Amino acid sequence: MDVQRADNYELLRREVAKTLLVDRDDDFLVVTGLGSPNWDATAAGDHPLTFPLWGAMGGAATMGLGLAVAQPEKRVMVMTGDGEMLMAMGSFATIAAQGVENLAIVVFDNERYGETGMQATHTAGPVDLVAVAKACGFPVAEQVKTEAELQTILPIIKEAKGPVFVDIKVKTENLPFILPTKDGVHLKNRFREKLLGPDSLL
Amino acid sequence: MTENYAWAPDIYDVLKDLDVRQVAYVPDAGHARLLKMCEADNAMRCIPLTTEEEGVSLAAGAWLGGERAVMLIQSSGVGNCINMLSLSNTCRFPLFMIVSMRAQWREFNPWQKPMGEGTRPTLEAMGVAVTEVDDPDAVGETVRSAGEHAYGWPDMSAVLLNQKLMPVKTFGK
Repeated sequence: MDVQRADNYELLRREVAKTLLVDRDDDFLVVTGLGSPNWDATAAGDHPLTFPLWGAMGGAATMGLGLAVAQPEKRVMVMTGDGEMLMAMGSFATIAAQGVENLAIVVFDNERYGETGMQATHTAGPVDLVAVAKACGFPVAEQVKTEAELQTILPIIKEAKGPVFVDIKVKTENLPFILPTKDGVHLKNRFREKLLGPDSLL
Repeated sequence: MTENYAWAPDIYDVLKDLDVRQVAYVPDAGHARLLKMCEADNAMRCIPLTTEEEGVSLAAGAWLGGERAVMLIQSSGVGNCINMLSLSNTCRFPLFMIVSMRAQWREFNPWQKPMGEGTRPTLEAMGVAVTEVDDPDAVGETVRSAGEHAYGWPDMSAVLLNQKLMPVKTFGK
């Protein structure tokens, strides 16, 4: 394990979230994993077509899969952390086996469990999530460490034939909490109302 | 015991009536005939899971996108879902599970006992409504009632298919 490595990464997660979420349209659906990716997405701007998880650790990727299957004409991006994705390692296989072309999984990889005291995750050691995605059969699986690489990967996240996996190495930081509502029923209903129309709530 | 899982087409018919589009499963012999019917149906997408909890979050994502999902799993898989059920519970996502039971009737394998006996209390502890059926003629309507409950309220609802509905598995003994 190299527990200092992530202290020196170039990319800052809040800036990465802004880059991913700026200028979005209503054909771009987002699920965030619990913890920091949720706060990052909220800091970039709350949106009814973002479903920010407050729990259900390990569920973000397959939630994105169910959504992507249901909405094949929309682009779905799951934005989650390395710890959350490590709990969902089997999801790489489940998603790749479905071959969903409109799904991108993006991990903000700070090599830490950020909500619980910054303990090192497995990615601070030998574990390579990009290699896992490739081995499972993701047609696109890339790691990003610089601003230039981030700019190059953006159209791939938003348009490439998937499933797409991108591991973005981000600096380990302690950042202020920027919280969305924690009312799960509200988050669900506002998403469905925006995507499916008011009749979906009847 | 029911030969040839004669009730399986009744479940399939109900899933069609309920417009279920995503069929998430970890396979079990008790679901094999039904799964074949779902796989042959172009309007249904069968999604094998590596572990059952993936199905809970998948079903939530499906609902966000306007589709209905069902989970076909074995009793032992219920234990793999426990914390993920908090997603359905907190957000009132519909969750519809059809669970084939073990450790009930002429069970050969004692390793099935803990989770088989724990299936109902585990589900109920997490807020899932549980209905069990052992009469082959009542399977279809039991599934219909539970499915209408799950998608209509919406709520979490599980049907337990009693082991009497399955052939006895004797591992060649």
